[in-house]
Amino acid sequence: MSTKNASALAGKFAEIVGKDNVMTSENDRYAYSYDSAVLDPVMPGLVVRPTSSEALGRVVALCNEHGLPLTVRGAGTNLSGGTIPLLGGVVVLTNGLTRILEINEEDLYAIVEPGVVTASFAQEVARRGLFYPPDPGSQTVSTIGGNVAENAGGLRGLKYGVTKDYVMGMEFWDVEGRLIKSGSRTVKGVTGYNLHGLMVASEGTLAVFDKIILKLVPPPQAAKSMLAVFDSIAAASETVAAIIAAKIVPATLEMMDNFTIRTVDNFRRAGLPIDAAALLLIEVDGHPGQVADEAGVVERICREHRAREVKVAGDAAERNTIWQARRDALPALANLKPTCVLEDATVPRSKIPAMIAALDEISKKFQLTIGTFGHAGDGNLHPTILTDKRDKKEWLRVEKAIEEIFNQALALGGTLSGEHGIGLAKAGFLIKETGRATLDFSARLKKALDPKNILNAGKMAA
Amino acid sequence: MADIKKLAEMLKKLDDKLVSCMRCGMCQAVCPLFKETGRETDVTRGKLALLNGLAEQMLKDAKGVNEIVNRCLLCGTCQVNCPSGVQIVDIFLEARAILTGYFGLSPVKKAIFRGMLANPRFFNLLTTMGSTFQGVFTKKADELLGSSCARFNAPVVADRHFNSLATRPLRKTVGALDTPAGESGLKVAFFPGCVVDKMYPQVGEAAIAIFKHHGVGVYLPENQACCGIPVLTSGDRPTFDQLIEMNLALFADRDFDYLVTPCASCTATIKELWPHYYGGDRANLDKLAQIGKKTLDITEFIADHLLSAGDAAAAQPTTETVTYHDPCHLKNSLGITRQPRQLITAAGRTLVEMNEAGKCCGCGGSFNVAHYDISKKIGTAKADNIIASGAATVATSCPACMMQMTDMLSRRNKGLRVRHVIELYAEGLHRELVVKPQGGLPERA
Ligand SMILES: Cc1cc2nc3c(=O)[nH]c(=O)nc-3n(C[C@H](O)[C@H](O)[C@H](O)COP(=O)(O)OP(=O)(O)OC[C@H]3O[C@@H](n4cnc5c(N)ncnc54)[C@H](O)[C@@H]3O)c2cc1C
Ligand code: SF4
Ligand code: SF4
Ligand code: SF4
Repeated sequence: MSTKNASALAGKFAEIVGKDNVMTSENDRYAYSYDSAVLDPVMPGLVVRPTSSEALGRVVALCNEHGLPLTVRGAGTNLSGGTIPLLGGVVVLTNGLTRILEINEEDLYAIVEPGVVTASFAQEVARRGLFYPPDPGSQTVSTIGGNVAENAGGLRGLKYGVTKDYVMGMEFWDVEGRLIKSGSRTVKGVTGYNLHGLMVASEGTLAVFDKIILKLVPPPQAAKSMLAVFDSIAAASETVAAIIAAKIVPATLEMMDNFTIRTVDNFRRAGLPIDAAALLLIEVDGHPGQVADEAGVVERICREHRAREVKVAGDAAERNTIWQARRDALPALANLKPTCVLEDATVPRSKIPAMIAALDEISKKFQLTIGTFGHAGDGNLHPTILTDKRDKKEWLRVEKAIEEIFNQALALGGTLSGEHGIGLAKAGFLIKETGRATLDFSARLKKALDPKNILNAGKMAA
Repeated sequence: MADIKKLAEMLKKLDDKLVSCMRCGMCQAVCPLFKETGRETDVTRGKLALLNGLAEQMLKDAKGVNEIVNRCLLCGTCQVNCPSGVQIVDIFLEARAILTGYFGLSPVKKAIFRGMLANPRFFNLLTTMGSTFQGVFTKKADELLGSSCARFNAPVVADRHFNSLATRPLRKTVGALDTPAGESGLKVAFFPGCVVDKMYPQVGEAAIAIFKHHGVGVYLPENQACCGIPVLTSGDRPTFDQLIEMNLALFADRDFDYLVTPCASCTATIKELWPHYYGGDRANLDKLAQIGKKTLDITEFIADHLLSAGDAAAAQPTTETVTYHDPCHLKNSLGITRQPRQLITAAGRTLVEMNEAGKCCGCGGSFNVAHYDISKKIGTAKADNIIASGAATVATSCPACMMQMTDMLSRRNKGLRVRHVIELYAEGLHRELVVKPQGGLPERA
């Protein structure tokens, strides 16, 4: 239905964005029917690619005028189905909006268009001697718009926070195509509701982001990395807690379980201790003196908590070897089986041993292979289920296992998703964590801002 | 035309390989084509999704999918960077074979592959005539020649700046050879490849001079057939098998230590694609495996088997600065990046690295002909990097890349020279030979 409407309007969209930026063929549309979530594809009726802010606004208005479902798409790497056009309609690409408009070295902020790729932005910022810390694993392709809409995290979340901590302000198009401004270029600013805050993690359901103002910080002057080997998950988790209790906040504090260790070692012959129950990969950064002190304390804490071995990187090459192992975790696991379901249920730090035990239990109960690695420092684990989605029977067990993982995380006082978002994949579980009142509140908000329910309909609470 | 269900069934064969793509989209970061167009159908994830959609009968426009699958440089950059280890190039080659089997080969390609490449004598004759009558090449002939990997474009085509066909191809200047191993104790079979033979004979001559200098015996038979890469990438498996068999007849059962080529694509094809995709007589498989094992890129052969420690200092240093472009088929397919650089230094040149040395030049065999505009954009980015390096010369180790870079650089009129690494290395040897009588230079080991 909406597919027909959408294609009938192709000419109108072409008037706004130019003929070359409207895609109507079956093949083009199919190429925008999926994202990185393991979900069934749904084809949009039309794909448009605005190349100016103004065109973006007019596209939104035109969709609303005709009640066409609208799904904004950055790089399409979200893991929750956020860019699958569930009701057809129009997919709006932001990769024609890729300008870095300003990097202000005096006032430490930058203004970017939504389609700017995270890593290219971070690189450009680094070239000016500044630092943009959020570094999701997908940063070489993900867009700032997508990062904000998902509140993406990354390896540096523990010390430096996540995307939301860097959004100072924003200009966005409301569903009628009017430009809304929120926030400012200043560190302080209380003019009106914190609307840009509301936009963070809104997953394309409330408005369409245009220009985003991001906070920049000075880069750390020094860093030191180490790898600690443990014979039990509990010892590794206690170490994590002890490091934080010692008032040290490492930039990065990652964990790998035994299955992941073995898989990574097999992947690159990295010489990892394959009999270890857990590895911690730690980096402290900051002022050189402080780094040396903290590295010493962290090393001591590791040993006090039964670390079998602690390797401190002596130079850049050794540091790289440590982080290569972490970077290899997902590829190595993904290589084992055709389908890889990457979850991100998150629990309070102290509950990591309980969560890992629960995951072991779940893997046995449903006869599934699960490798777990992730951001131990902030409790954001990535249990990764390895399967073959063509095996229907096993896939049913996978679905049950995912549900159980959510339940366990909630039972331990955690949350459904640390950073991958709700989208389609977890929409049904939202009520379990938040309750009816929260959903109703969200629904009312959504209705007020998007009365025709065209913005990424069917996602999140809508 | 057979019905689409049948096509879907044939594509189902690829299911096991297709399913390993997890749609992570990381290929968007590295695909040179996507970088220019930003279209999902141009990047690997999109292409694999479409093949899957066709196999699952969710799509009807098979012709469109065919075009999309062929709109690819086959540079392999996505494959070496894919976190899920998807056998991407293999999927693309298989898919092209299935789709070509279904739609048939275009008349132009049929004429070239079956009429020309499969008849080396005729191919030789035609290109020799071509070089004599370059000025009167017709549009049609250009299209014909242009669609082979070799793309012997006559300069008659409007705004292209290709090298002309050599007036005297390698097979005329050097002819057939069969010399015994000399002081090195090694003997090689030399496979110049079509582009070197017909367009850059000086590269072949440099190779022969190097072999001679190092006392390497050479077997260079006449009427070598094309390695088959243009045929394979167009999905014409029968002709591919035929070309392999013609080459087998020349090279199998001969006595040599290594088969050496100065063409990165030929090396990768002979070494990896012959044994993998040959569909003819099973009895030949063993021979193909043997030849594959013995096949080396020429820079690898020289650097790892001929160059001794003292050689680096042997050539008289020049002030020439050289930057190096990594051909996809050497870097991505074979992982060779050190040896060509080593030879540049051994040739007495100063190596300066350009930005993105490993990024595709945009040639991609017949991609250049079918999608000249995008090819030009990708090539221009390469030219920018070359120019920004400040080097006087850009060297590489694949003649097809040499053609593309010559075309892209000559538009800019910067006076940069495009050379094969072994031309530089041979010059280094030559200079030394010339200077030696006047004394001063150390004796060679
Ligand atoms: C290999 C891999 C590793 C990953 N690692 C991490 C990680 O470490 N941490 C992490 O948090 N995530 C990670 N992710 C998930 C994903 O990359 C992030 O969610 C990322 O922020 C998505 O960016 P994108 O540009 O691909 O957005 P898309 O997937 O295109 O879109 C995501 C959502 O944002 C909305 N959106 C996009 N642009 C706009 C706009 N201009 N206005 C309004 N809404 C918009 C879309 O509608 C959609 O709902 C990973 C994914 C993969 C495949
Ligand atoms: S990088 Fe590999 S797995 Fe990821 S989408 Fe591309 S082809 Fe698929
Ligand atoms: S082979 Fe090269 S051009 Fe083709 S999809 Fe992969 S990276 Fe892109
Ligand atoms: S790859 Fe080499 S032999 Fe094959 S067609 Fe190209 S130049 Fe000729």
